Amino acid sequence: MSADGSGTRPGDPRAGQLGAVWTRIYHHQLFWPVAVLVALLVLNVSYRPSFISLTMLQGHLYGSIIDIIRHAAPLILVALGMTLVIATRGIDLSVGAVAAIAGAMACLHISKQEDQSSVAGVVVALLLGVLVALACGLWNGVLVAGMGIQPIIATLILMVAGRGVAQLITSGQIITIRSPAYAAISTGYWLALPIAIFIAAAVVAVVALVTRRTALGLIIESVGGNAEASRLAGIRSRRFILLVYMVCGLCAGLAGFMLTADISAADGNNAGLWIELDAILAVVIGGTSLAGGRFSIGGTVLGALIIQTLTTTVYAMNIDPQTSLLFKAIVVIIVCLIQAPAFRARIARLARWGRRPPAPPTPAATTPDLHEIEVAS
Amino acid sequence: MSTVDNVLGRVRKLRVPQRFVPLIATAVLVVLLFLYGNANYRSFEDAQVLFNVFISSGALLVVAVGMTYVILSGGIDLSVGSVVGMTSMICAKLLASGLPAWLVLAIALTVGPVLGLAMGAIIHYFDIQPFIVTLAGMFFARGMCTWISLDAIPIKDPWWTSVADGRLRFGTLYLKPHAIMALVIAVIAALVLAYTRFGRTVYAIGGNQQSALLMGLPVARTKITVYAVCGLCAAAAGVITTFNITSAEPLRGIGMELDAIAAVVIGGTLLTGGYGFVAGTILGVVALGFIQALITSDGSLSSWWIKIVTGILVFAFIVLQRLIGVRKR
Repeated sequence: MSADGSGTRPGDPRAGQLGAVWTRIYHHQLFWPVAVLVALLVLNVSYRPSFISLTMLQGHLYGSIIDIIRHAAPLILVALGMTLVIATRGIDLSVGAVAAIAGAMACLHISKQEDQSSVAGVVVALLLGVLVALACGLWNGVLVAGMGIQPIIATLILMVAGRGVAQLITSGQIITIRSPAYAAISTGYWLALPIAIFIAAAVVAVVALVTRRTALGLIIESVGGNAEASRLAGIRSRRFILLVYMVCGLCAGLAGFMLTADISAADGNNAGLWIELDAILAVVIGGTSLAGGRFSIGGTVLGALIIQTLTTTVYAMNIDPQTSLLFKAIVVIIVCLIQAPAFRARIARLARWGRRPPAPPTPAATTPDLHEIEVAS
Repeated sequence: MSTVDNVLGRVRKLRVPQRFVPLIATAVLVVLLFLYGNANYRSFEDAQVLFNVFISSGALLVVAVGMTYVILSGGIDLSVGSVVGMTSMICAKLLASGLPAWLVLAIALTVGPVLGLAMGAIIHYFDIQPFIVTLAGMFFARGMCTWISLDAIPIKDPWWTSVADGRLRFGTLYLKPHAIMALVIAVIAALVLAYTRFGRTVYAIGGNQQSALLMGLPVARTKITVYAVCGLCAAAAGVITTFNITSAEPLRGIGMELDAIAAVVIGGTLLTGGYGFVAGTILGVVALGFIQALITSDGSLSSWWIKIVTGILVFAFIVLQRLIGVRKR
């Protein structure tokens, strides 16, 4: 950090003031995520100017940007839960499987109804799905907080077995449903905007309020910083770790509803496939440290939007969707490198060398030499 | 807990070193699975079922062996499944373009280790979590697969297909050449880990990296080499896959990293590093293979039970490691 600041230290006061503002922006937690997102959007607009346009059709807003947000909604939800888990120095690899299980449970219940479009049936289905998702979160939480298993391994169990459980629920079939009420979760519109956007925004708002307007956020961060120390300070660490995994399971379940509602079908094998990886990427891009101890909800939302924008960009440029993984890999490595202290220190050292190439590494030792030369002449 | 203590006491009286307990548990599991299968299904009537595991899971065996190195050193490599896919695509594409088989082999076995080397260097020098770096490696390799070709590529090279069609008979039993390759790689890896300076250093780093550094062990070199070894194993597994099915498709090897990690855990290796054996991993792969064979032999169970049982087994072995107290201090 100090190495970056050294660039603005010398110079006249006017530049210093501007520099101070710039430094504040540059050092803001969300500087890099916003910069990457803006760069992606600019790239899209320059490639296809219609990208930015919004059209009103039959009272619904349409446009690429709306599409991006709507498709990012499940990812935002999953990444939100993941953010809290990662803040406690954990990780939840099972979110994709939990999404598949919850979606399968809801679709199974709806498919058994005589009137699939009845709202009451859909509500019961959603409640069932939520219960199953919470149970999955509880299982992960008990393994991590109760038995003290490392999170990556504890959640790996459900990641492996969960897909099997989802297929068990659907009996290995793809359950298709015809329920407009359920499909509305993903494809419905309200106030000219897709309902999925409102659901994601509401969950983000609730989590942000609860964590940042109460002590909960600080407690989660302190548990992630040092679980033992926070326990000695009087925080019931285990209870909060359990809670966080259950919230993560719940978020994954909600995402599962959106994913299955989008196609009106539950596919135990493919629903939410790889979403855990995208979610972890979104969290990391958003500036939440994988080492735990701090988290940024705004950053995570931006991270999820970046990933979805990247995917959409690749589609728009007629590149094969699978090849988009190449771009994702490059973005991940760049973002991780930028955030890594070791890499920053190295770059800062290189930059200092580049700026003053003639200056030897130890100026203090060289100045006397110059004096001697002057005296001698 | 008292019964557990009793059992532990008896185990100690038997003078079985505690570090072998998970290994023995896995061996017992494999024997029990075989006996159960032998009593109930015709496909388990002789040792051919074991050979079939090596034939069908040869690639998984090699991947899991490489994964054992990485996990022992305290890391994890999520890219292996994609590297298997990428290597098999490279083989098929280059063979289709008419390059000689030996050159294709050389190129295919270079790409994986180079990617591993790069990931290892980033992990070590920039101190980024192995999990996230190898995740990027996984995306990269999978992207390369589809960049090479969107469709499956058949392999028609005469040498390649002759190896693929080879059979080595032992009386009524048989093995295929690629299964032998997998076993040879596993044995070499086990010997290197147990009897070389490099192998001991891997254990030391997994046990406590700081101590290893203070002892003057070459931590940087070893850590990076471990990822290169894992990449080499994944590349070898990719080649073995092409021998097994004489074609390559861009989605080959998806989820293989999970199977490999599961095999390593069931084999008794501690996921925090520093403790475990390649022999355990071999037993872990055999256990997974037997479960698969049992479930497919029993017509009434559907294929998704394989995933559920694998998850239960991983859970059981983690609990076992907890109970016998083999853990990081």
